[in-house]
Amino acid sequence: MRLRLRRAGRRHLWYLLLLVPFVGTLWVPFYDDAEPRVAGIPYFYWYQFLWIPLGALLTAIVYFATREPREPGR
Amino acid sequence: MNGTALAVFVALFVLVTVLGFVASRWRRANLDDLNEWGLGGRRFGTIVTWFLLGGDLYTAYTFVAVPAFVFGAGALGFFAMPYTVITYPFVFVVMPRLWSVSHKHGYVTAADFVRGRFDSGALALAVAVTGILATMPYIALQLVGIQVVLAAMGIEGDLPLLLAFGILAIYTYQSGLRAPALIAVVKDAIIYVTVIAAVLIIPAHLGGYGAVFAAVPHDKLILAPKQMSAYATLALGSALALFLYPHSVTGVLSSSGRAVIRRNTALLPAYSFLLGLIALLGYMAIAAKVSTSPAHAAGFARYGFNYAVPALFLDSFPSWFAGFAFAAIAIGALVPAAIMSIAAANLFTRNVYKEFLRPGCTAREESRVAKLASLIVKFGALAFILGLEKQYAIALQLLGGVWILQTFPAIVLGLYTRRLHRWALLAGWGAGMATGTWMGWTTSFKGAVYALHLGSHVLPAYTALWALIVNLVVAVAGSALLGAMRVSPGKDATEAADYGE
Repeated sequence: MRLRLRRAGRRHLWYLLLLVPFVGTLWVPFYDDAEPRVAGIPYFYWYQFLWIPLGALLTAIVYFATREPREPGR
Repeated sequence: MNGTALAVFVALFVLVTVLGFVASRWRRANLDDLNEWGLGGRRFGTIVTWFLLGGDLYTAYTFVAVPAFVFGAGALGFFAMPYTVITYPFVFVVMPRLWSVSHKHGYVTAADFVRGRFDSGALALAVAVTGILATMPYIALQLVGIQVVLAAMGIEGDLPLLLAFGILAIYTYQSGLRAPALIAVVKDAIIYVTVIAAVLIIPAHLGGYGAVFAAVPHDKLILAPKQMSAYATLALGSALALFLYPHSVTGVLSSSGRAVIRRNTALLPAYSFLLGLIALLGYMAIAAKVSTSPAHAAGFARYGFNYAVPALFLDSFPSWFAGFAFAAIAIGALVPAAIMSIAAANLFTRNVYKEFLRPGCTAREESRVAKLASLIVKFGALAFILGLEKQYAIALQLLGGVWILQTFPAIVLGLYTRRLHRWALLAGWGAGMATGTWMGWTTSFKGAVYALHLGSHVLPAYTALWALIVNLVVAVAGSALLGAMRVSPGKDATEAADYGE
């Protein structure tokens, strides 16, 4: 029982990664600027666009790290 | 009238209509069972769920309203980006728990779960009514999406809209959730083609992305310091609210397993990327100066900024492709409208009809009532949009977002803890609904941001979050009080193992 709890606890540590997108996108002063531009696109926009693949990547990492071996569903 | 565009539009519309009816034979099952009609038998795998949720969450109204918001207000309209970035990590953690407990106990709606968890039909009724109230104006706004593109092709009058919605109502009635699931595949294919073409072709006409952004006035390009708190709270509040909407819950519960949901949270951001590109169409419309063109004066006068994207498409695309793009928007309205009406019907049937009017009704009767309710919901939305000013639907949809977040403590916190007392949750819900509605009233229901004055400090933030704070304070304090008074908390029908971790 204790072993299982500990394993579940370690699994949940991975979930902390999911907090990163919240910090990166909700603290607006990080990105409320027009410069530097990339290919004419102001920083405000490309920074937020970048978070979409980053967020998906972090979610995918957590998914594989915490995969439930016997979970139902395909 | 634009004949070529209309011909392409009608052809695609006929195609999805056929699919809607064929859907009743797809993965054939007994559609007289609510599990089958209302949740597609809970058998949708990763790919179908991806299409279904994508078609469900990124609605036609989104495609019209987000660029319209960006066109009118600039950077603030971009809050949809952080919103869709953070909603998926949240869903990844929370929604598999709802799936597991619902699978174990046969719950069809979030209110079913609340009923079982807190042993309170009244609290479940509050959750169900909130869901229905928030969904109705949302369906109505899907119709605005169809109206705008019909107008752009020179079609006036209410009859075509009535026809489109009538057809939708019939195949939803017949096929249930299978219809939007199947149509979503076609819808998404043409949406992706449209948007990719738009973001490649239109900026090329306008001299590249640099020129597009250079055309945007500087005060619109980034946020003013006093807009930052509104931006962040709009994103956070919307992200927490998104999966409380009944149509999102229906999408989640119709999947075949926890892994399907978890995988989709890493795959659905593909739509978020699309949404970001669509938001940029607002700036392209500014750069293309669509609002000063005399050809679009009537459209803007009637539909406001919502006409920006259709005008841009008419100016930038050959007419056959404009028809294709308009079909993408109109079909994009049908999928969520169908799912929303099914979700609202499920709530009415399970948490109002079966709970209070006909306890112990048969599965067949349950399914029949849900089918009828889906018709009533759709025609209610139609009457709403034809009979009242559009502004009411927009104001109500904004308010709907505020209201739906007030079910957060019962549903989301309820998935983790039983410490909150059922009556305290109900009181918190009431306090949150009242606070949110009152704050909306003080701003004449025009915006979703309320500026709180704390001494000399002014803090503007999304109304829904202010209301949620009041809600939580009442729920926590009330639970402590009711606990001390030893008022019965009711019997929990679920146990820890049901949540599947």
